Amino acid sequence: MEHLLEITDLCCGYDNHTVVDGLSLHMQPGMLCCLLGSSGCGKTTVLRAIAGFEPIRGGSIVLNDTLVSAPGHTVAPEKRGLGMVFQDYALFPHLSISDNITFGLRGSTKKQKRDASDSLLELVGLAGYGNRFPHELSGGQQQRVALARALAPEPKLLLLDEPFSNLDVELRERLAADVRDILKARETAAIFVTHDQHEAFVMGERIAVMNEGRILQWDTPFNLYHEPANRYVADFIGQGRFISGFLVTPDTVDTPLGMIRGNRAYTWPSGSWVEILLRPDDVLLSERSGYRCTISDRAFRGAETLYTLRLPEGGELLSLMPSHHDFPVGMEIGVVIEADHLILFRADRAPTSS
Amino acid sequence: MTRTTNSVLPGTRTDGWRLGLQPIQLATLALAAMVALPLLVVFSGWLQPENTVWQHLVETVLTDLVLNTMVLLTGVASGVLVLGVGLAWLTTMCEFPGRRLFDWALMLPLAIPAYVLAFVAIGLFDYSGPVQTLMRNSFGNSLWFPPIRSTGGVISVMVLVLYPYVYMLARSAFITQGHGTLEAARVLGLGPWSAFFRVALPMARPAIVAGISLALMETLADFGTVAVFNYDTFTTAIYKAWFGLFNLQAASQLASLLLLFVALALFGERHLRGRARYHEGTRSGPPRRHQLSGAAAALSTFAAGGVFTLAFLLPVIQLVSWAWEVIAVDLDSRYIGLLWHTLILGAIAALLTVTGALVLAFARRLRGDRLTGSAVGVATLGYALPGSVLAVGIMLTFTGIDNFINGVARLLGQGSPGQVLGGTVVALLIAYLVRFLAVAFGPIESALSRIRHSLPEAAHSLGAGGGEVLRRIYLPLLRPGLLTAALLVLVDVMKEMPATLLLRPFGWDTLAVRIYEMTSEGEWERAALPGITLVLVGLLPVIILVRRSARRTERNDNDSEPS
Repeated sequence: MEHLLEITDLCCGYDNHTVVDGLSLHMQPGMLCCLLGSSGCGKTTVLRAIAGFEPIRGGSIVLNDTLVSAPGHTVAPEKRGLGMVFQDYALFPHLSISDNITFGLRGSTKKQKRDASDSLLELVGLAGYGNRFPHELSGGQQQRVALARALAPEPKLLLLDEPFSNLDVELRERLAADVRDILKARETAAIFVTHDQHEAFVMGERIAVMNEGRILQWDTPFNLYHEPANRYVADFIGQGRFISGFLVTPDTVDTPLGMIRGNRAYTWPSGSWVEILLRPDDVLLSERSGYRCTISDRAFRGAETLYTLRLPEGGELLSLMPSHHDFPVGMEIGVVIEADHLILFRADRAPTSS
Repeated sequence: MTRTTNSVLPGTRTDGWRLGLQPIQLATLALAAMVALPLLVVFSGWLQPENTVWQHLVETVLTDLVLNTMVLLTGVASGVLVLGVGLAWLTTMCEFPGRRLFDWALMLPLAIPAYVLAFVAIGLFDYSGPVQTLMRNSFGNSLWFPPIRSTGGVISVMVLVLYPYVYMLARSAFITQGHGTLEAARVLGLGPWSAFFRVALPMARPAIVAGISLALMETLADFGTVAVFNYDTFTTAIYKAWFGLFNLQAASQLASLLLLFVALALFGERHLRGRARYHEGTRSGPPRRHQLSGAAAALSTFAAGGVFTLAFLLPVIQLVSWAWEVIAVDLDSRYIGLLWHTLILGAIAALLTVTGALVLAFARRLRGDRLTGSAVGVATLGYALPGSVLAVGIMLTFTGIDNFINGVARLLGQGSPGQVLGGTVVALLIAYLVRFLAVAFGPIESALSRIRHSLPEAAHSLGAGGGEVLRRIYLPLLRPGLLTAALLVLVDVMKEMPATLLLRPFGWDTLAVRIYEMTSEGEWERAALPGITLVLVGLLPVIILVRRSARRTERNDNDSEPS
């Protein structure tokens, strides 16, 4: 298949410090990808390497079948034909909004520029703002202008560096959805970097979860949540806690909370120690259950309440319950596990607490 | 703002793609060499000391020079300390009639070159001057009047010209301290006076020390004032050794001694400021002013008004009235030519210096390496070098180069070309460049640091190459800083006296040179026209300063409003 972007064994760093360590990634035209990770995981460095701002130490970056980055070889950013949206928007303060948007349009007539600026402003919902200056706009509006400016030269690939991190939480998801729709409508591929999984889920068709300069899993949002490839991803994506147990049959685990049976078979030998990921919606509170826990904390969230539970053997569980069931902190209560889809990771040995 | 820097890793600033990193480093090194070379040459004078002349100097004048310099420095330091801090405290912390006017008017004396105030003061207060004549006519001959041509006279003139440095820095320190700390001190049981001495003053110490050090640098570099007063210091001795004895070697030995004093002053500043880097702006709002009344208020108005009158109002009135007497005769084509030359020289120097400072600022931004960093440090050291020292260093360097060229020419069988560099306007321009590089560097560097790295990066990502980014992003955004820098250099060059006097080629007299010529013959009236011209020109940067500090005060005021 034809690739828009091929990153192979990418290594970046400075002095004695490795920031990106052997990262590979392939991307088709029109795809929306996300690099997700906590700060310092190297995601921004990858983006800057693709843009050409960061020389690379190892591996290669191939864009549209052209080698753009290799050790000792860096095609200048202005020669790559990429669009980029910066975390601080980086609007040029001395230029009007329409001059900002048409900055990257070369060899166009005045009229072409004005038309391009008008239609892009229309696209991002800011029609009529062309004569204003960046400082006269709100953060969300500046973000939209930054997007319009990056889209103006019609790049095949758009890079977005933490594009929504300076905005209010409510505005974030709405704007993320808007940006996704605009990019899909124009069939522009995009890579964006974020530390916020909700943003990543809204925008990304494919998400790379990164840690310490490597990609741990490169998958769809659904699979990241339901089929995490390893403990780090399982921990990082969504909420949940691990409890220990051992495999009795390929689909059944013996745990301190009793036998738990899922709908998927694991091929490890029976008797293997495993760790089971329990999401908050897998754990139900019930007076009738014989497995007792203590409520150690609760967070009211309107429709639901998230309870933190302490197991008598040690360890924690999270439980999400409709908020009309109201249980106080300190109460002892029974739990029922209702997980038809078990996520297990093999543990090397028995848990130390037991 | 802090978040944006996350994306830029140390040592990987890359917005300089096409600006050519090697050339910019070379240019920075060249500028540093231009500053360092004259210095080294001045000190190398000791390698082959001119013993006879030196012996003569040691026996006759050296003790006086050192003593005079020490007395002058001590007097100026204590004078500017008392006037600067006292007036700053009065205008920021107390409310009295006229405070709002004096708050900014007390900065205006910065516009008057010290040598202009010097000749005006002598003209006004000398035995035959209007003040003493008036007093004799009113009270008879019996009244004693302090002689103006005295050590006290020089020190007073210098203090009146230089106190604004301390005033401005102490004032902004007091304003940024806010009322919070002082109120805390009062609650803890200190009276108003002990709160001042134990809290406000120690907190403002770094600013005050910086102000005094600036004033002392100016004092050490001054030539015109001490020359008018016939008060012998190193700068006048250098001038006499050069133009009186025609002995450049002795001049360079004197220059190196003067440099020792400069180094001492710089060291003293570092030492006194030391670890004291109190963080500014606790943001508790501007100080609440204490309402003075009765005698205290009258005394405050009298003190602030007196300083303002002596340092600015009276001299300007006197200058205008003298200029008025001679304007019919003196405002001729010769004067216009003088003014024109001064402006041209200033404009060329400003262009060169601003370009140099731009190179330095970019080198520092784009290259994080230690070599570039220290080269920029050396290149901006020139503000501490007195003009006379620079002149000696540059003249010696150029003479050396000329000798070398002549030697080569003779070897090649050509005739001697004679002076190639020495005695040309190039020497003078280099002196200006070296001396005022730091002046231009300040505003440009601060303007550049306000341009976030993501702006040039965004331009690159939109397809703009290095030259285009410079033209479409950097230069438009830097324009206010560049203009301020150019104006500052232009005005400083117009006012510069010692280096111009020593290095100017024939036909390149400036207004300052004209003032020196007239005052050395005691013709105060005829120095008034160039004098008032320089004051008017000098007001421009002071107005910028005043407006900037007014804006800062306003911002502080707004911050304190309840929201």
